[in-house]
Amino acid sequence: MTNYIIRRLLQIPLLLFGVTIIIFGLLGLLSPIERSALYIRDVPRNDNQINAVIRQYALDKPLPVQYWRWLVGTVDINGVRHGGILFGDFGYSRTASQPVLQIIQARFPNTLDLALWTMYPMLAVGIWMGVKAAVYQNKWPDQAARMFSIVGTSFPTFVFGLLMLIFFYAQLHWFLPGKMSDWVTKIMYSGELKQYTHLLSIDALLNGRLDVFWDAMRHMIMPIITLSYINWATFVRVMRSSMLETLRQDYVVTARAKGLKEGVVINQHARPNAMLPVVTMAGMSIVGLLGGVIITETVFNYPGIGKAAADAASQLDVVTSVGMAIFTGFILILSNLVVDILYAFIDPRVRLS
Amino acid sequence: MNDLNNAEIINPLEDPNMPDQEFRPGAEVPAETKETLAGSIEHYVQPGDTESVVDRIQSELPKPKGEGGGPSGDNLTLAEAHSDRKITRLERWLGPENYRIVKGLSKTWASRIGFFLIVLFALIAIFAPLIAPPVGSDPYMMPRDGFASQPKPPGSPWKKNAPEIPFWYKSITGNDEWVHLLGTAQGQYDIFYGVIWGTRTAFRTGFIVEIATVLIGVILGSVAAYYGGATDNILMRIVDIFMTLPYIMMAMIAAAVLTPRLGRSLLPAMIAMIAFGWMGYARVIRSDILSIKERDYVMAAKVSGVKNSRILFKHIIPNAIFPTVVLATLGIGSVVLSFAALSFLGIGTPLGYSDWGQILAFARSWINNLDKYWFIVVFPGLTLTLFVMGWNLVGDAVRDVFDPRMRGRGA
Repeated sequence: MTNYIIRRLLQIPLLLFGVTIIIFGLLGLLSPIERSALYIRDVPRNDNQINAVIRQYALDKPLPVQYWRWLVGTVDINGVRHGGILFGDFGYSRTASQPVLQIIQARFPNTLDLALWTMYPMLAVGIWMGVKAAVYQNKWPDQAARMFSIVGTSFPTFVFGLLMLIFFYAQLHWFLPGKMSDWVTKIMYSGELKQYTHLLSIDALLNGRLDVFWDAMRHMIMPIITLSYINWATFVRVMRSSMLETLRQDYVVTARAKGLKEGVVINQHARPNAMLPVVTMAGMSIVGLLGGVIITETVFNYPGIGKAAADAASQLDVVTSVGMAIFTGFILILSNLVVDILYAFIDPRVRLS
Repeated sequence: MNDLNNAEIINPLEDPNMPDQEFRPGAEVPAETKETLAGSIEHYVQPGDTESVVDRIQSELPKPKGEGGGPSGDNLTLAEAHSDRKITRLERWLGPENYRIVKGLSKTWASRIGFFLIVLFALIAIFAPLIAPPVGSDPYMMPRDGFASQPKPPGSPWKKNAPEIPFWYKSITGNDEWVHLLGTAQGQYDIFYGVIWGTRTAFRTGFIVEIATVLIGVILGSVAAYYGGATDNILMRIVDIFMTLPYIMMAMIAAAVLTPRLGRSLLPAMIAMIAFGWMGYARVIRSDILSIKERDYVMAAKVSGVKNSRILFKHIIPNAIFPTVVLATLGIGSVVLSFAALSFLGIGTPLGYSDWGQILAFARSWINNLDKYWFIVVFPGLTLTLFVMGWNLVGDAVRDVFDPRMRGRGA
């Protein structure tokens, strides 16, 4: 086990190196002058200022030097560090008029909040449907699940989301786009709502404000349904085939031959073993949710990391979107690591190989 | 014991002692062998076989299709047993393994509906100038009926610079006046025109992106698999790293970086999608080649001193590429989906370009009145969904054909 974790940890620097190289390569498409915008906060007054920035950040030096400066930044004579993505300085956002790191700090809790609430319906319903489809193979539950999964993979997220907006928001006004209603914003800024975690739904519960919690849910329910729906499609497929495979195993036959009830055979013998591939997939999906769900957040105007990145990219604000990409890359690498280690705890075959 | 071993070989088509090329399905069967094949069960039974062995051979001989009808049991011949299996010209051309894939594709209803949808969209794309006659110099730009910002519902008449009325319109509707069949988006872009010509955009982006990703994937994957060792290791680590990054986000950012360089067109989004989309194909072709490079004919080529590059491109890739090509063809659906997603986010095509994602993006400005302006979402959304679904339905059938565990189990 320790060996496995150490081996997995050793991959991290390599992955980080690869990811930063790719993103640095994207930046390499820009000219030094455009790249100096990464570090300038105000509109530069003259060429000297730009040239100073270019020199300070080594933008005219060979690529390896540039890459290194980009990673760690420079320290000026006063001992103040400028730039350096490894130290969290992702640059200054022209479109949002604030440092990229501040945008991330403001937006990431929202993405986390959404991911937290999407996990449960996504996993529970997906697994349940996959098991039913396998147990009733080629009967109507199976056909229904199959149809559901095909429609689910074909339905573009944004079309699904816009259709939901037509019915549940514009027509019925049950659920709302965005993050919170105006009165909740007022409460937030008046300091009436203590922010322990910065996740709105959790904070509302901790403060005992069910009305705020309900408002948060009304705003999150459409993204939750959309995200669950697109993930169900794949979960059903994987769970079904894994369950079919398991139901043919000898120990399932043995359990049936012993005269155990079918429900016990399925729920206690077959399903836990059939869940292993789903655990991997669940890990990947949750990691994906953390990495910002660009399209869903954009459709519902949900102010998470993904929407911030999309807004920046559509205004061609390279600095901000690259900052988001690096942050997302870091998050994905770390959460992949956590998922892999958890997986090794569950499945002995992984850690022993 | 010896007899039993001989009896295991019951099908002359699989007999390793038989001259190989004469029995490949698709090859001409020589006249004298045909006679031998037409022999009865005695042909398979060796002198000295025990009763039980003969019984087993009999039970393993293929049965004729119709229950009861036709010859059965003792005097069943191989020719009769296989009488329903005519080798078509298509099978001869593709070879048995690839033919099985093609046949599996046309087996289920789901895949037939999928094919129907794809053909339908192809026809719409081909006949787009007849269905919706173009206006102005660039047929891909949606015509505008003035510049008012309020969208107009389906059926409202064209007021300003109405385009030529298509030939089919009058005979179906009996109406002389050209209307906005599917309404207009803000800025009075005609949605009907955009949906029809968007089909061309979809096919264009789908094909170009797919061909380029497959080319890159095939080259890198086959080089990795063929040379193995350190080359393989490095290339596959690069694939791993690319796969860590979220596809849509990276494509979006790459397109945003490229747009100032290349201008607003299809190009930035397409290049971005190619740059971050090739990894899957590299993996598929790599695993196919790993098995093919152990085959005898590759060894033979190596022994006779053929250059590495020639072995790779003349002997290995042509034999390994078919599954990748089929998978790639079906990947067009998801490419079009991703492209539409990028346009929806506001990256890629210039304003007013016939492109489903962009029409859907217009709906973002009317999020509070979507019940009134549902047509901006429903028509392009439905078209895009059906397009993607067509490819996915066929793709589902392909997965079943390729996945040996699912083989022969129907839908």
